Amino acid sequence: MSTSHILKRADFIFNNENDWEEVLTKSLARTPNELINELISSELKGRGGAGFPTGLKWKLTSELKSDQKFVICNADEGEPGTFKDREILSRVPFKVLTSIAICGHVIGAREGFIYLRGEYFFLQQELKKAISEFEFFCKEIKYDFKIKIFMGSGAYICGEETALFESMEGKRGEPRNKPPYPTASGYLGKPTVINNVETLSHTYTIFKYGSKRFYDLGVQFSRGTKLFSVSGDTPKPGIYELELGMSLTDFVEEFGDDDTKAVQVGGASGFLVPRKKFSQTSIGFEGKLVGISLPTGGSMMLFNSSRSMFNVLDNYLNFFAEESCGQCTPCRVGCQQLLKGIKAVKRGEKPAAYLDKLMGLAETMQYTAKCGLGQSVANSFSSIVENFREEMIY
Amino acid sequence: MGKKIKITINGQTVEIEKGTSILEAANQIGVIIPTLCYHKDLCVAGNCRVCVVEVAGQKRLAPACATPCEEGMDVLTNTHKVRNSRKHIIELLLSEHNADCTSCYKNGNCELQLLASEYKIMNQDFIHLVPFHNYTVDDFSPSIIKDDSKCIRCQRCVRTCAELQSVNALTMAHKGEYAMITTFFEKSMNDVICTNCGQCVNHCPTGALVEKNYIEEVWSAISDKNKYVVIQTAPAVRVGLGEELGFDPGERVTGKMVAALKRLGFDAVMDTDFTADLTIMEEGSELLSRLKRAVAENDRTVKFPMATSCSPGWIKFIEHLYPEFLDHLSTCKSPQQMFGALTKTYYAKARKLDPEKIVSVSVMPCTAKKFEAARPEMHDSGFRDVDYVLTTRELAIMIKQAGIDFMKLEDMHFDRLMGESTGAGVIFGATGGVMEAALRTAYELVTGREVPFENLNITPVRGVEGVREARIKIEKPLKEWAFLDGVELKCAVAHGLTNAKYIMDKVKVGKADYHFVEFMACPGGCLGGGGQPIPTNPEIRQRRAAAIYAEDEGMPLRKSHQNPEIIKIYKDFLGHPLSEVSHHLLHTKYTPRRM
Repeated sequence: MSTSHILKRADFIFNNENDWEEVLTKSLARTPNELINELISSELKGRGGAGFPTGLKWKLTSELKSDQKFVICNADEGEPGTFKDREILSRVPFKVLTSIAICGHVIGAREGFIYLRGEYFFLQQELKKAISEFEFFCKEIKYDFKIKIFMGSGAYICGEETALFESMEGKRGEPRNKPPYPTASGYLGKPTVINNVETLSHTYTIFKYGSKRFYDLGVQFSRGTKLFSVSGDTPKPGIYELELGMSLTDFVEEFGDDDTKAVQVGGASGFLVPRKKFSQTSIGFEGKLVGISLPTGGSMMLFNSSRSMFNVLDNYLNFFAEESCGQCTPCRVGCQQLLKGIKAVKRGEKPAAYLDKLMGLAETMQYTAKCGLGQSVANSFSSIVENFREEMIY
Repeated sequence: MGKKIKITINGQTVEIEKGTSILEAANQIGVIIPTLCYHKDLCVAGNCRVCVVEVAGQKRLAPACATPCEEGMDVLTNTHKVRNSRKHIIELLLSEHNADCTSCYKNGNCELQLLASEYKIMNQDFIHLVPFHNYTVDDFSPSIIKDDSKCIRCQRCVRTCAELQSVNALTMAHKGEYAMITTFFEKSMNDVICTNCGQCVNHCPTGALVEKNYIEEVWSAISDKNKYVVIQTAPAVRVGLGEELGFDPGERVTGKMVAALKRLGFDAVMDTDFTADLTIMEEGSELLSRLKRAVAENDRTVKFPMATSCSPGWIKFIEHLYPEFLDHLSTCKSPQQMFGALTKTYYAKARKLDPEKIVSVSVMPCTAKKFEAARPEMHDSGFRDVDYVLTTRELAIMIKQAGIDFMKLEDMHFDRLMGESTGAGVIFGATGGVMEAALRTAYELVTGREVPFENLNITPVRGVEGVREARIKIEKPLKEWAFLDGVELKCAVAHGLTNAKYIMDKVKVGKADYHFVEFMACPGGCLGGGGQPIPTNPEIRQRRAAAIYAEDEGMPLRKSHQNPEIIKIYKDFLGHPLSEVSHHLLHTKYTPRRM
């Protein structure tokens, strides 16, 4: 029995933000503990893709004593096929700013940052205007809080939270060893909450309507709604807010072109699901009782029968071979080996059985790479090679 | 921290302090975990991933070097998953590495090669990646050769240059498949701010960074019947060389080294310790003359602190980074260069040799000495003062090539004229040694009494602390030094350029009220030099230091001014310290270098 439901649209994120002053004022009047409990009972999980419980993250950071703490909004939206954060920041920036400020109140931070993807330079001016209006209001209500924009420089790896801190500190964007985790030692070594743009927008919804409204949406382990960036072979590409937990069959029925061969869930670092597995796959976080549940930062790429899955994988691996920071062995060299390896098999320079060696390598990368990037290359590689092996060879 | 916790490693319980890494905990109970990017001198990087282990309850493997132990952790270091992953990682490293081992300078002393051999990587299936890159070898520096095709991006050199030396000549650049370790604007090592200290060479696990060797040049000189080849040996070499030739760290092999050098065919085997003693005479006199000008004559232009000048890595560092402070440096040449200048003048004259036919070779714990010998100003004898500089490692190679069974050699003595030394010359090889030697002589010159330390051991300047300070009050001086009565001589010692920078930054803001500071570019001083045997780490440095101090204690003479050959050279040739001849041959000038 499946616990997934049919596709349900929702409209919270892009819905009117004109009440931000009220949401902010009311939330600041509540105690940090109340707000944390609100988040915990909403069961909101991080929308950047990793799905860490947001309430717990805020709680851990709030409990630490430190002369300085920070809130960082991760707007380094670099996952191929994801473009929702850009829309949030351009359409409802005040929701994000409000949530950053509320988080500051909860954890005891006086400063927040938006780490803005280098390619989103065009958003900077409007965001700055919004920030100055926002800070003006904060001053009026005597809430001492500042928000700054930090521009990224175009490296995919800087979306990884610890590489992002390094980048903000003026260093080369390379992930750090964990532990310590950002909640204990983040930007400048201080306790830091770092949340994705969308995650912060959901906290706005939760603080505005209460946790129940959010909790009632979605399914067990995957509560609430999520923005999906739909692209590829679809008649209606775009951004859609949907309840979590839908089955991939329903998704494809809605967005497919009647010829959908496979869906890449979660961008280049996500999983490829072939048609035969649509019905047993739902979109949400791990913990589902039946079938496969796939988390995603929101990227949903549809491929129809005109697409060569070899080309798709080749494209992803090219991306990883270039965007690996180059620090750890499994990722730096592994990506090159996977990329050159599938080409060699395709050209007949290596036997088909070499794919099995590469599958083993992908598994090692998953176990041993230093950060999420290297660990997740295996996701797309293994799922594509496993399901479309013939296309890799012939 | 401080709290004890228990974990199990391969079923064995170990009690360790909270915060200890899995790697350290495993080492405590004799479980060896392979490493590559890890080095005891450096911060933990967790880059290479060779040290991964399994932690019960976790799907992913944990890097043992970068994972702190948690109470109750259950660690497995030898499971199928661990072995398989490590093998993959070694294979990956080999695939991006120019593994042409038989033609590699580091063949036989390469950490990657050793791991490949332990894990028996017999069939390298992965695609060889080196041909996809346009690697070139940078051999323009007189000291260091950088071959990117052998680099495994462990960043040990980068961390060495940044953490130990604050030079940052090497850094990581580009990303992904093009990630590489390079210099500012990818220029040659010879054209960037590099002190040639060779610490990167000493910390490199593979053959990507090696010294430029002059072994063949020296063999040619030795076999040339028309040449008279003189070799000088630095103090730190005798406590390091043994490690390359089968001895444990900390074994003194002075006599065997001399015997080996004679067997190699050098015409004269003499000791840099002799010019170390000479340096003390010159530098001590320079310090006293500065003090005299400042205290007795109230000359405000005298610069304090006076800085030592024997470490060529330090000299290039200050020339690059603090060029406005060059007049703080003692004008004394380093012992190597004093020796070179005297070989082709004093020695040539005494032995009735044509200086043109003398080839002057030195064996040093140092790669920066190669650069120093090549400085254009180092031609005061009328010739290039030092023709070739060998590192301790290169000398070991020559000894092996010559088929000498080093262990079986009978001890021999250095040749006369410039082969006699004192304990003061020997301790030049350890951090604080120059300071201690200088104080032993200067204090006695001024007061007529020995330094007020038991058995002449000035312990405050010894040790491993990066910066150490000492104060000595001058009481009841001789009549001619009466103006120094009651003056407290303030001294400091810094080793490793990061510590040198710490002091220089204090000098810059006028917060360093020292009279005399000893600077050594390398951690531990010369005994931890870039040309010393690999590995060099904190324990090994400590053992070499113990050997140096033992050698000092065992010498009949412990003060430079007692050295009979020093007394003789002043009588026969130089006249007196800071004489005109001294100034011509033993002192030098420095060059401000562009940033």
